[in-house]
Amino acid sequence: MSFSTSIRDVAGVTVVDLSGRITLGEASGKLRATVRSLLDSNVSKLVLNLAEVSYIDSSGLGELVSAYTTARSKGCTVKLLHVQAKVQDLLTVTKLYTVFESHTDEAAAVASF
Amino acid sequence: MTDPRKLRLNLESTLDSVEAAELIVQRMADLNGFDDEQVYQIGMGVREMVINAIEHGNGLGSDKTVSFDASVAEDAIRVTVVDQGSGFDPSSVRDPLAEDNLLRCSGRGLLLMRAFFDEVDIGPGEDSGTRIHSVKYRTVSAGGIAQEEVR
Repeated sequence: MSFSTSIRDVAGVTVVDLSGRITLGEASGKLRATVRSLLDSNVSKLVLNLAEVSYIDSSGLGELVSAYTTARSKGCTVKLLHVQAKVQDLLTVTKLYTVFESHTDEAAAVASF
Repeated sequence: MTDPRKLRLNLESTLDSVEAAELIVQRMADLNGFDDEQVYQIGMGVREMVINAIEHGNGLGSDKTVSFDASVAEDAIRVTVVDQGSGFDPSSVRDPLAEDNLLRCSGRGLLLMRAFFDEVDIGPGEDSGTRIHSVKYRTVSAGGIAQEEVR
């Protein structure tokens, strides 16, 4: 399954709908490019919607961390939305659940900024 | 494959090899009766083993290959990956769960291997490089990732 991103604005919050596998190679690169492009546009509130992402490897996790740290250095806050069970397992095993604020409801995610 | 319980491959140090190894070993586990959750875990574990070998071991060098062996027995599937790199000491890898390392972008591969497999043994290859041998038992970790590996 190829990886794709779709960007929308919800009440001043940028929501990126991610779809596919976030793994070493093209997908990780695409996520990185998408986030950096948004940061170059001075986005300050960013939600990564993982509803359609059921598979992430160590490189993909690294890319999520990179998005978080790069955004933070530019004054942007990154939050996660609709983390699927297998991905949540990975966040638990790697303790990254302590890094990312995660929501199960889009309206709540948007209102949390 | 002639014997669905055994597989030996020599992989190029490319990203395509990662995908191929994952798909093949998942097919092998599925054909040999592992449940869906275990097939997923075996595939993910193998993915991390091969990424480690081609990226950190062989440095994506086109002149280097990765030896890949998988075999299924009644009790488990066993996978061995050997790279042609200069070898490394696993104890030198930073603990990815330490507070200071949580925001690092890499260094989680070994942690994930240990989470997805029941046993992971890392040592020097016979001639050079690093050998990683992993085992997944049929009756252990029936659901979810082996959380007991998390310290």
